Amino acid sequence: MTVSLRWSWLKRFACTSAVLAWLPSAQAQLTIDIVGVGAQQIPVAVASFAGPDSNALPVSQVIEADLARSGLLKTVNGNGLPRSGELSAVPFADLKARGADAAVFGSVQPATNGQFQVSFRLVDVARATQLTGFVFTVNARDLRATAHRIADLVYEQLIGEKGVFSTRLAYVAKSPGRFQLIVADSDGQNAIAIFNSTEPIISPAWSPDGSRIAYVSFEGRKPSVYVQSVTTGERALLVRASGNQSAPAWSPDGSRIVFASSHAGGTQLFIAGAVPGALGAGLRRLTQSGAIDTAPNWATDGRIYFMSDRGGSPQIYRVSPDGGGAERVSFEGSYNANPRVAADGKSMVFVRREGSREMLAVQDFASRQVQVLTQGPVDESPSFAPNGKLVAYASIYNGRGVLATVSADGRVKQRLGASNADIREPAWGPYPR
Amino acid sequence: MKLLWKLAATVTAALVLAGCSSTPENTSPVEDRTAATGAATGGNPGASTSGVSTGATTAGTAIQGNNAGSAAAGAGATDPALRDPRSPLSRREIFYDFDSFVVKDEYKPLLEAHAAYLKRNRSARLTVEGNTDDRGSREYNLALGQKRAESVKRVLALLGVSEAQVETVSFGEEKPRNPAASEPAWSENRRCDLRYAGE
Repeated sequence: MTVSLRWSWLKRFACTSAVLAWLPSAQAQLTIDIVGVGAQQIPVAVASFAGPDSNALPVSQVIEADLARSGLLKTVNGNGLPRSGELSAVPFADLKARGADAAVFGSVQPATNGQFQVSFRLVDVARATQLTGFVFTVNARDLRATAHRIADLVYEQLIGEKGVFSTRLAYVAKSPGRFQLIVADSDGQNAIAIFNSTEPIISPAWSPDGSRIAYVSFEGRKPSVYVQSVTTGERALLVRASGNQSAPAWSPDGSRIVFASSHAGGTQLFIAGAVPGALGAGLRRLTQSGAIDTAPNWATDGRIYFMSDRGGSPQIYRVSPDGGGAERVSFEGSYNANPRVAADGKSMVFVRREGSREMLAVQDFASRQVQVLTQGPVDESPSFAPNGKLVAYASIYNGRGVLATVSADGRVKQRLGASNADIREPAWGPYPR
Repeated sequence: MKLLWKLAATVTAALVLAGCSSTPENTSPVEDRTAATGAATGGNPGASTSGVSTGATTAGTAIQGNNAGSAAAGAGATDPALRDPRSPLSRREIFYDFDSFVVKDEYKPLLEAHAAYLKRNRSARLTVEGNTDDRGSREYNLALGQKRAESVKRVLALLGVSEAQVETVSFGEEKPRNPAASEPAWSENRRCDLRYAGE
């Protein structure tokens, strides 16, 4: 082993499969504003990485931007810090003078076969020790994804929970006469339109493995549910049936989709198979209310949460996928919509309408306590990040549709907007595999 | 006719109150063009050399309504009576109160005229398109628009129109006629449109 002994060779792998190689589309690239920060922020310095500028600098820049965006970390000036991956080169006194509690150093060096070796170490300034360090061997096109992965590792080390910088977002961009279903990195970069239409697109939902997205397209002169591969672009109707099909949501194992359909009159929930090649298999009706049942979400505990006006006003209920009676879950307020259950199954985020305002709220199932997260005036379509710590949602800012994120405690907020399109219907993808 | 209207309104109200969804199914179902969808996207991110894809192209952009249109190229397509501005048949819009799917009394002459037309022209096919304003959940609004469209269909059925002649669809809040965020715009968007096949 030629590398410093304190370097932890914890992992060495090639980031290849999880990353799209599509070129960024110029449309609807998101820019990010941080509009709120955590109560306490850990100051971190990120040094420019060693190596050829064109490869190395973007990596450290992406890491720095990710950490700054988290709201829980504060980046301090890293200008002039040594560009080196060696622990011996870390100037602890200088870092202390800059006010940094932690710092990231690293390098990006050409390896064989056109690949790059990316290494980094995170150091604790007060203790003058290394907290963690990794080496990756990756293709050039995966340098950016590697930078997100490093940011995730730094975040996890410093904050104590998994980062979501490597995840992707799906959303819909609407410009005049044009709707695009877009998949982008969590920082809004690498935005790719995976489907274009002159007709509306709504309700995108990621499969649990992140390989497919189900959504509603109006291209057939009515709303229908399509399932599309994110990687190949291949798409197909979920079911061929009369009436409207809408609001798809995946089962936790990805084998089934629950959705709303007017096939039998009214709007009721149905379940159909989602296995590729057997889409729509085993179609059956789930609810029998005669009221509006829609916006389902299949929680990891196996139950299906949905909204229904069966009790006179839109409220949130849950039901077993095998049918049977539904249990009302929301009690306060006269309009509660679009439930999304956190991955740990302990809480749900939903849309509450009060008067003309729509805002997000979180309900803890055990205590039934509800906390309002946002103030509106029009906040909708919430979607949990896979770590359950952030919620993406659609909002209006300066008369335009933007994406926003809020931490599950309501403290940290960000806005992701595009200058040339209305952005709406965010769906936060799973951890990359 | 007045009595019939009252009856229709009463029965509709009863159905609404009972939350009954007894709508018979299978008015000529709109078919979907699955075949066309395979063409959606190029792009194979796994492959390194051809990894630069065009992204998605335009799978669903051409919106031909060939299904509904050709299936029922009956009297509707060309009948000038439908466009005569002096005829109530030229009136095709039914507006709703906020969060409501109750067909108001003022639309009685309009729906009676369309019912009579549909009964006279058994090959005519009508699609009722339900729309909502943009307040509230998109998914819920899609369902509300469907309820609005079905309420019109129910009134027409109670006026003697064959169920097979009337199809319903909802666009929810997704196709607003007036995109502004104001009460006048919202009331314009809370609407059912009547569209005859071939138009």
